[in-house]
Amino acid sequence: MTTYAYFPGCSAHGTAKEYDQSTRSVCLRLGIELNEIPEWVCCGASPAHAVNPLLSLALVAKSLDLSPSDQIVTGCAACFNRFKTALYTLQHDKPLWEQVKQIVQPTRLNGREFRVVHLLEAICDDFGLDNLKERVTKPLKGLKVACYYGCLLVRPPKVMVFDDPDNPTKMDELMKAVGAEPVEWEFKTECCGAFHAIPHPEIVLTLTSKILQAAKDAGADVISVACPMCQINLDLRQLDLKKQGKSFDIPVLYFTQILGLALGIAENELGLDRLIVDPRPRLREKLDGRGG
Amino acid sequence: MKQTAEIEQVARTDEIPIVLTEEARKFTQEVIKRSGERVDWCYQCGKCTAGCPVAFAMDIEPSRVMRLVQLGQGERVLKSRAIWLCVNCQTCTTRCPQEIDPAKVMDTLREMAMEKGYAADREVVTFFNSFLDNIRRFGRTFEPMLVFQYNLKSGHFFQDADKGLLLLSKGKLPLRPSGNSESIRRIFEALEGRKR
Repeated sequence: MTTYAYFPGCSAHGTAKEYDQSTRSVCLRLGIELNEIPEWVCCGASPAHAVNPLLSLALVAKSLDLSPSDQIVTGCAACFNRFKTALYTLQHDKPLWEQVKQIVQPTRLNGREFRVVHLLEAICDDFGLDNLKERVTKPLKGLKVACYYGCLLVRPPKVMVFDDPDNPTKMDELMKAVGAEPVEWEFKTECCGAFHAIPHPEIVLTLTSKILQAAKDAGADVISVACPMCQINLDLRQLDLKKQGKSFDIPVLYFTQILGLALGIAENELGLDRLIVDPRPRLREKLDGRGG
Repeated sequence: MKQTAEIEQVARTDEIPIVLTEEARKFTQEVIKRSGERVDWCYQCGKCTAGCPVAFAMDIEPSRVMRLVQLGQGERVLKSRAIWLCVNCQTCTTRCPQEIDPAKVMDTLREMAMEKGYAADREVVTFFNSFLDNIRRFGRTFEPMLVFQYNLKSGHFFQDADKGLLLLSKGKLPLRPSGNSESIRRIFEALEGRKR
């Protein structure tokens, strides 16, 4: 059994509750042990590094200091990005990291070699797709999925070292492993507008409508995401787009929810009912009479 | 028209044939020093602007921001909305052929603008301040309070009010914060101590 310290991220307690819920269910089913970092603190997301990079690094250092394990997993692409940036700083900018330590006054940080992975890496690389295939009880045959990676999982590549920054395939491979069909499309890593959802929702609507349209044009039944920010921008904002006369009606699921279905986990355990665009009718239509 | 010999003479000199005032030069140097990025390497290929998802909404496009920094045009850059509209998608940073990190330069410019009290985009500045205030108070982001605080301070009182009930019915609105401020008090105190 592989064990990770788990960093849920702030939205796991709110708008991304179903991501946390499905993550825990899937990991339990696969025998991946998650130990939530006690008293973890916010990574600072964009606002912290946007105006105070030192604060941003200090917040991550605080959670690293609190982590019970040197191997950490998170499902949030933004948190993942902040953690990787902090580790990059630790490795490449010692003087700056010393300043960070002065601020945080860590008690358990010294000498530890941290490894921070995104949940996609924990499942695809550490657990392995071959192992995963053996666990699939309900292959998702006939389900066409547009895998959306967004910005922060893949960029900047020298820090993230995650996958090809222009055409990542990790989530696509995962979808194939559970019997679904990833579609070819060009918006895998286009920006959703991120935090502008609050200060400038009109920017988010412009960007998300292009992404949603591209997914539809590619013939996708659903969009799969690996970031709470991307999810809420693509899902919730469909309500506003509808008011503008743009009705996409395309469900946006966390990849863990799709994976959970293939593992035979019940819909309510995966929090499908919490999504704004209800994916259940589409899933039923596409997966009815599936084998397994 | 200049004589060929004179042109060649100019081309051979290492000096950029643009004279910056002392103040302008200082601004360029400060940005380079604080960001750790060689803004002076930018040769205006425009890739950052071409790939920027929010360039369409900016008053000054990213490649022009870089050029203005080279020219030491501090006031124009720090008072631009562009630096606040940058969404940190890191596309420019990924594509820059000169290996400059324009997103990091934007971080530095925002930090400098904040220090001068410039807030050319009131909405983004209000959002950032609300977000950081949330972390300071709860150690974590407490989403309902963040949105409430933003709406109140920005004057957009009813923005997304229609979505509140929906999110509540979906169990996506927590009623109390899950973190506490105790664990990060030292961090904020230490940072404030440095500023003084």
